[in-house]
Amino acid sequence: MIGLIGKLGGVNLLPVAVMLVGLVLIGAPSSWVTLTVAGLAMGMMVFLMASGLSLVFGLMDVLNFGHSAFVSFGAFVAASVLAGLSGWLSAPSVLLNVAALALALIAALAFGLAAGLFFERVIIKPVYKDHLRQILITMGALIVSEQIILALWGGTPITVHRPAFLEGAWIIGDVSIEIYRGFAFALGLIVFAALYVMLNRTRLGLLIRAGVENREMVEALGFRIDRLFVGVFMLGSALAALGGAMWAGYQTLITPALGGEMMIVVFIVVIIGGLGSIEGTLLGALMVGLISNYVGFLAPKLALASNMILMMAILMWRPSGLRPAVK
Amino acid sequence: MTTTSTYGSIAVKLMVLLIAAALLFAPFLFQDVRSVEVAARICIFIVLVASYDLLIGYTGIVSFAHTMFFGFGAYGAAILLKQMGPGWGPVVLGGLAGIALSLVIAVAIGLLSLRVKAIFFAMITLAAASVALVLASQLSHLTGGEDGITYSAPDLFKPATKLLVDADGKVMKIAGVRMNGKIAAYYFVFASSAVLFALMLRLVGSPLGTVLKAIRENEARAEAIGYRVVAYRTFVFCISAVVASLAGTIYAVWLKYTGPETALSFDIMIDILLMVVIGGMGTMWGPVIGATLLVIAQYYLRDLMGVAAEAVSSVPVLPELLNPDRWLFWLGILFILLVYFFPKGIAGTAMEKGVRQ
Repeated sequence: MIGLIGKLGGVNLLPVAVMLVGLVLIGAPSSWVTLTVAGLAMGMMVFLMASGLSLVFGLMDVLNFGHSAFVSFGAFVAASVLAGLSGWLSAPSVLLNVAALALALIAALAFGLAAGLFFERVIIKPVYKDHLRQILITMGALIVSEQIILALWGGTPITVHRPAFLEGAWIIGDVSIEIYRGFAFALGLIVFAALYVMLNRTRLGLLIRAGVENREMVEALGFRIDRLFVGVFMLGSALAALGGAMWAGYQTLITPALGGEMMIVVFIVVIIGGLGSIEGTLLGALMVGLISNYVGFLAPKLALASNMILMMAILMWRPSGLRPAVK
Repeated sequence: MTTTSTYGSIAVKLMVLLIAAALLFAPFLFQDVRSVEVAARICIFIVLVASYDLLIGYTGIVSFAHTMFFGFGAYGAAILLKQMGPGWGPVVLGGLAGIALSLVIAVAIGLLSLRVKAIFFAMITLAAASVALVLASQLSHLTGGEDGITYSAPDLFKPATKLLVDADGKVMKIAGVRMNGKIAAYYFVFASSAVLFALMLRLVGSPLGTVLKAIRENEARAEAIGYRVVAYRTFVFCISAVVASLAGTIYAVWLKYTGPETALSFDIMIDILLMVVIGGMGTMWGPVIGATLLVIAQYYLRDLMGVAAEAVSSVPVLPELLNPDRWLFWLGILFILLVYFFPKGIAGTAMEKGVRQ
């Protein structure tokens, strides 16, 4: 039995198992489908936010408590771009709609890259290998970034304009699927596939994985691993900003507290998945997304506690997460 | 490293003594309501930050759940004072309940995550603290939700209580201060904080404290000598949780109000972090200095920033950054600079100065 499960994919089947349990508990297939799609979409957005954190930790042994600042900044930058282009959004032409959305996402990504470069060079570089000071410094950076967001955008919630072609829902029988959720899921899947190919099929990915496993050896072979680190950090920050931008469109009403709220979920996801692995992060994100949607439907009061319970259970079973990177 | 024989350490101890004296005579020195409020808050935060320093400064692990334990103590007393009415019974029972809950959760978190990595511990405590905050706002029939709980303190602390009466049966005044329940409440806060602080000082000076320093300096070596690092860390985590919980109970009795903002919110955690880093990790004197400076800054710096914002109101971005609400921005920058350049904080840096040969 265990051998069979192992052959079919082992821990990779957990999200499927969660879906099946959800189906049994919820009963009605139509609401189950809606919740599952919502959960998968949320999972993919959380994956975007969490993947960078996990990669950076795996490669550099740096845990960035300020990671959520990138999420918030991404959300606010994208919201501002969309607000600035609201003329394009309401235009009947789908092309202009897509262009506005693409510009907003690109702005978030570009901001993430630039902020990541700054963050790595200025904030984190001086405190490599010192976990205590890392936690403190990145926490300080988080405080400062939150204050900057408050100063720039104010404390009142901001409405996010969605492009018209992502509004509404597909209706199949008695099941309705919000188009935005489908879009978020697809985007997440594309990013995961790209990351997976990059890490497993390219020379760059080979170096990154080698760096995760044995930094000194890669350096001894003559590769500038510190440059690789900066690149990965920038990529991670950009993905977080992209996740934030997507989340802003999903929520449609954002506040500066957004980053902090998502941070807890992101942490839970990377702990569940095992720090340092993309596949683990995806697994964790999907499970957290599904379970919070199911529990939110079945017992709304338990929604956040459910993530915590899930994390505790998984840590007792596998103390270093579902699929930790080889260390 | 000896810290007893430097001029700097004498200066730090003098400063602590000065703060202690100021706190002892606070109601007489500063005779307005706000100042006494500030003094009581300083007392409680000294205990809270010192208990956090036990963890971060003496064992080198970062917890984000310290306010959670503070909140357990506060809510324990608050809920029972609300349900059972004012009196000492609910305070003691609530305090004990807070301690018990804190202990159970501290042991669970400690055993679950201290084995692995310090960084895991930080993340798990952060998650646990956020769950506690959400639970407190959702279990509103018990905790009053976002609004919190308002209740009465034991009779002794009511402003109408007469501690000392003069010949006419009126409240006696000493040095212009009325000897009423408010004074009793302040000295209750002061005395219990002093006792807790003294206990922690004793703990740090004991052989246990030496083991803790050894773990902080070199975990692997401490383990190799034969000390069980996980057991020691879990033990210290429990001690610091219990002290934080007691501080919460005292604060609840003093404020006569407990809500997420005063007892559980993440802002308090950030305050504690700022205080311990600014004051200096790894000595018990650091938290005294850090807590005093920061609480005073919290109450008075904002007024100052308001004035500054007025002054530069013609410049584009500056007034926004000098807005009194943005004071955390400046503290955050100060915090980062301190961690870079003076990781030992005020007390630690000062104590290294002027070593006698």
